[in-house]
Amino acid sequence: MKIYGVAILAGCFLIGHIIGDLLGRAFNMNGNLGGVGFAMLLLILLNNYFYKKNILKPETESGMLFWSSMYIPVVVAMSATQNVKAALSGGWVALLVGIFATAACYSLVPVIAKMAKNKTKL
Amino acid sequence: MKELVTILDKNGLVFAFLVVGFIMFVSYLVSKKLTNNKIPGAAIAISVGLFIAYFGGEKGLASVTGFSGMAFLGGPMMRDFAIVSTAMGASFSEIKKTGLIGLFCLVLGTTIAFFIGGTIGYIMGYTDAKSFATIGGGACTFIVGPITGGALGASSEVIAISIAIGVIKSVAVTISTPFIAKRLGIDNPQSAMIFGALVGSTSGVSAGLAATNIKLVPYGAITATFHTAVGCLLCPSILYFIVRCFIN
Repeated sequence: MKIYGVAILAGCFLIGHIIGDLLGRAFNMNGNLGGVGFAMLLLILLNNYFYKKNILKPETESGMLFWSSMYIPVVVAMSATQNVKAALSGGWVALLVGIFATAACYSLVPVIAKMAKNKTKL
Repeated sequence: MKELVTILDKNGLVFAFLVVGFIMFVSYLVSKKLTNNKIPGAAIAISVGLFIAYFGGEKGLASVTGFSGMAFLGGPMMRDFAIVSTAMGASFSEIKKTGLIGLFCLVLGTTIAFFIGGTIGYIMGYTDAKSFATIGGGACTFIVGPITGGALGASSEVIAISIAIGVIKSVAVTISTPFIAKRLGIDNPQSAMIFGALVGSTSGVSAGLAATNIKLVPYGAITATFHTAVGCLLCPSILYFIVRCFIN
């Protein structure tokens, strides 16, 4: 049943959030430290296991795939509900820092990707 | 008219499906007919979303009566749930391959964004160490800025600026990624993970990659989500202490 897939997804999501929350508390911070990342790792490991044992039914899988196909629409809704006006009214500091910080990180991507490729070749 | 708005508000999430479906339909049509699929439909749809949000209020379009459901569909719960689900298509061996480099990129990306952000803020008149660290944190993501500022006791003006910086970064990443992905070589899982780790903004990275190639989303998103975590750990602690050595 499709709901099994959705339920597996929900389980991974919640466990990830709990781990992130515990980590946040351990470091004395009011936040979730990487909860989504842990949830994703958990789902990937779980899927890997299902795949090896060949026990994941296509019907179950389609319950998860539905949500990943909803990803772009959710992002569209998210961008439509951002405080764009405030971001632009943050002034020149915000604009300059935002753009320069982004550009600097961008420029490093090809450099490190090249280094990484060389490493795997060796 | 008043009755209609009440019905829409009461059934907010369902109405949001209709609104987003309409935006997507028009955007993909424009992508196909006007740009010959050169500009991805998803990129147009996301830009349209941001454009509409400008005319709304604090919550963008969701501040307009009748459209409150958009805040739920685009809220953190649905966003995180959908991001996690994209991990379905990710391969564990690919992630393992980039694991160590990814970790290195997380620290490097945080440090670089922090010091570039803080330095520009310093030049523009925010010269105390707390403001430096808060603005630098904002240059990581819009979550790191306020957490750093809150932990250090920075002024609310600086915290607001740090949020604005993070939002601008995520908007800039969302819009620019599809156009520069090829030039940066982001066409495989490994470079997508490096990209996510360096740039960080989860919403920007995953939206930008979604508009570039949906298969790359989980790889970029998984490292990007840890970027915020690393930023929250490093900015108010080690990085702040380094700043303190140079300015008061």
